[in-house]
Amino acid sequence: MREVAIIGIGQTKVGEHWEKSLRQLAAEAIRVAMHDAGIERADALYVGNALSGEIAHQEHLGALVADFAGLKGIEAVKVEAGGASGAAALRVGYLAVASGLNDVVVVCGVGKMTDRIEAMRTAALALTLDGDYEAAHGLSLAAVWALIMRRYMHEYGVKHEDFAPFTMNAHSNAMGNPYAMFRRPISAEAFARAPMIADPIGLLDMAPLADGAAAVVLCPARQGREFTDKAVEIVASAAATDAVALHDREDPLFLRAAHLSAQRAYQLAGVKAEEIDIFELHDESTIAAALSLEACGFAERGQGVRLAQEGKIALNGRIPISTMGGLKARGNPVGATGLYQVVEVVQQLRGEAGVNQVKGARLGMAQSLGGSGATAITHILAA
Amino acid sequence: MKPSRDVGIVGYGAYVPRYRLPASEVARVWRGGRGPLPIEEKAVPGLDEDTATISIEAARNALARAGIDPQLIGAVWVGSESHPYAVKPTGTIVAEAIGATPEVLAADWEFACKAGTEVVQAAIGLVASGMARYALAIGADTAQGRPGDALEYTVGAGGAAYIIGPREESLAYFEGTYSYVTDTPDFFRRPCQRYPTHGGRFTGEPAYFRHTLAAGRNLMEMLGLRAEDYAYAVFHQPNAKFPVRAAKELGFTREQIEVGLLVSEIGNTYAGSSLLGLTAILDVAKPGERILLVSYGSGAGSDAFSLVVTDLIEERQARAPFTRDYIARRKEIDYATYVRYRQKLHIQ
Amino acid sequence: MSIAHNWRLRNQRYRLVGEVCGNCGAKLFPPRDVCPACGHSMATPSLTPMQGENPPEGTNQTTAYVFSGRGEVYSYSTVYQAPEGYGEFVPYTVALVKLEEGPLVTAQLADVDPDEVRIGMPVEMVTRKLKEEGKDGIIVYGYKFRPRLKA
Repeated sequence: MREVAIIGIGQTKVGEHWEKSLRQLAAEAIRVAMHDAGIERADALYVGNALSGEIAHQEHLGALVADFAGLKGIEAVKVEAGGASGAAALRVGYLAVASGLNDVVVVCGVGKMTDRIEAMRTAALALTLDGDYEAAHGLSLAAVWALIMRRYMHEYGVKHEDFAPFTMNAHSNAMGNPYAMFRRPISAEAFARAPMIADPIGLLDMAPLADGAAAVVLCPARQGREFTDKAVEIVASAAATDAVALHDREDPLFLRAAHLSAQRAYQLAGVKAEEIDIFELHDESTIAAALSLEACGFAERGQGVRLAQEGKIALNGRIPISTMGGLKARGNPVGATGLYQVVEVVQQLRGEAGVNQVKGARLGMAQSLGGSGATAITHILAA
Repeated sequence: MKPSRDVGIVGYGAYVPRYRLPASEVARVWRGGRGPLPIEEKAVPGLDEDTATISIEAARNALARAGIDPQLIGAVWVGSESHPYAVKPTGTIVAEAIGATPEVLAADWEFACKAGTEVVQAAIGLVASGMARYALAIGADTAQGRPGDALEYTVGAGGAAYIIGPREESLAYFEGTYSYVTDTPDFFRRPCQRYPTHGGRFTGEPAYFRHTLAAGRNLMEMLGLRAEDYAYAVFHQPNAKFPVRAAKELGFTREQIEVGLLVSEIGNTYAGSSLLGLTAILDVAKPGERILLVSYGSGAGSDAFSLVVTDLIEERQARAPFTRDYIARRKEIDYATYVRYRQKLHIQ
Repeated sequence: MSIAHNWRLRNQRYRLVGEVCGNCGAKLFPPRDVCPACGHSMATPSLTPMQGENPPEGTNQTTAYVFSGRGEVYSYSTVYQAPEGYGEFVPYTVALVKLEEGPLVTAQLADVDPDEVRIGMPVEMVTRKLKEEGKDGIIVYGYKFRPRLKA
């Protein structure tokens, strides 16, 4: 197995791209990443996306995006794992290079959510739940997070307002990210006043669904220097799963897949949680953020919220999260999200995060979740 | 009519939805709040309820009281004028839901408000003939009233289920039954019409009273019985006045009909009406007591039943919720909420 | 139109039919091909013994199990922004219900106002309409839970 490096990154702004189609967004991000890496050709393309069939009436994205990005003819497939599709595509690309079978691989994550009205987007996202035993009963993904959150509040004596720091931190950081969807601050009062989606999950607990694409170029680490002096190495890639339905989990308040995936990643990288400088976690909801911190060893069970309240998640905190806005403020183009997380970690490790720069960042972790935590894919990157 | 083999009720069950629309609300919207009210309030089904769901719960309650294996039920018949499908029986849904399939009969029946009692008649025949050990007879409805019409004050939702079986296993057995039927179009609905049409005062004398009184009188005469021989009597209840007058004309006192008279609290539950009244009576009846039930269905006809309660009743009454429990479980709604729940805003 | 798909689920939807693992005795809802507790294969093996051969040792039979429907609320949430297809029911409350036999199940709550719901509230299963597939499609019935009427 070879070491793998990221030699180029690209992203579009996250937002409501009424004028741009799915294939246009993907091609844009890919071209920017390839330009960043200084390459004209690649051996393979992996496209991370969830729900293109449902929302864009388009499957078969590997071949389609390859063609429209000027890469017709190469190996290309769509990779899907719910909200973790982007990270899953990265993992496949990583395996392709690490195995020795491919040298230059492009991985792109793309999401086009706004072509359907909100109720249909909600229904589409519910396809990542258990269709027969969750979605069929009228559950949305937000409702599942709400079920977790209410039980969490009940067991740990936490109030809804206590989750505000996750949202406030994300929005504060997004102000310094030109690619972010929402670049204005959110106050604690606004958080508490926000209308309910599925109580206790309110509008400001959930990351906005949006359009966007992000891409990276991979090559063997040993060859990285041929392309760029800003290569960032992937020192760990690990995936794990858990029961899709919340009711089938051994402990509904523990993201077991996130835990397993993080443990494997730490092991592969030969590091401990304390050594991680940045954690781009899957803050699809405030409760997801709290549980991710707990599952990955940054907080004890039931203490994830306290970490945020104590400011430890801020850029200058012990474990900065959502450093460029996170899913909450940078936005959540579902299948693209996993790549945005990695692109942002790369920016941090390259020292290119601007006002959001985490000082001395050397090790960054990105973790994407599928559904309500049934899939977790973690990557650790090193400067 | 008397079958060659005695049969009776092995188990009974009721269901009434939780929502209540006061008649005063209908008056408020349609008459500026003035005028007499035919009842106090009526039961309104929730958005997720229909004749099938009402029938299922009533049937489950009947099964709980009967304590029998549902696989032994030979027919699941539902009488209603608001079956959820025009083609596809409510009976099969209920049969599947209670575990009575696949060796079972399961068609739907319609005869306006007497569809349920017609089913009881047929169930008696099926069981007494030896073709089935038990038969499940259900009368249930979620009928609609035309907005602003007199019937909108009273048209309610609810249902009752009866497991008919051998007399030896019955908590009440049938001494005799009688049906009186003519072609009288007092109330009807053509296909694709959302609301029924009715004949106003024609629904009284030539319809409800002719058939109800004939059925009641003729049954009692056939059996050589008089009103005094009965502990309870229950009639079809389209409003609070008709059953009281019918009872009086047949010689029954107010006390005899009080327990079974539910219309003022839950409205006219159509195919469930007299059958629900009977469940309320059975909830408190004692061994040896005699009950008269006379239904009425527009179109028109009445079924009359004379029942005698057995020793088995006392151990079975409390095995399922009492009808009074369902009636007491109420949440008042206003006319706007009622319009939403009954989907009256969906205009085709 | 999801006719066959919904029909396949009727036993689970109408009667909470689950199963008991023939190997470890775990009560499962819904039924599965592989026991999540012990890994035992639940389905009948497709390779049946030849005539005259004994069946393999230890083929413990998995049996169907009908849950009582009694349980308590483990968590709940009232949905205000519904997925397409459920908008007409808003607001509705969904819950994780812990069945008295052990498993957790996801379902809507019925006949209860959102502010009346409590974690730990005893509930019982009722059969209600889950949805209609349009004006000309099937009506999907299934389990919901409501506050217990009888203790």
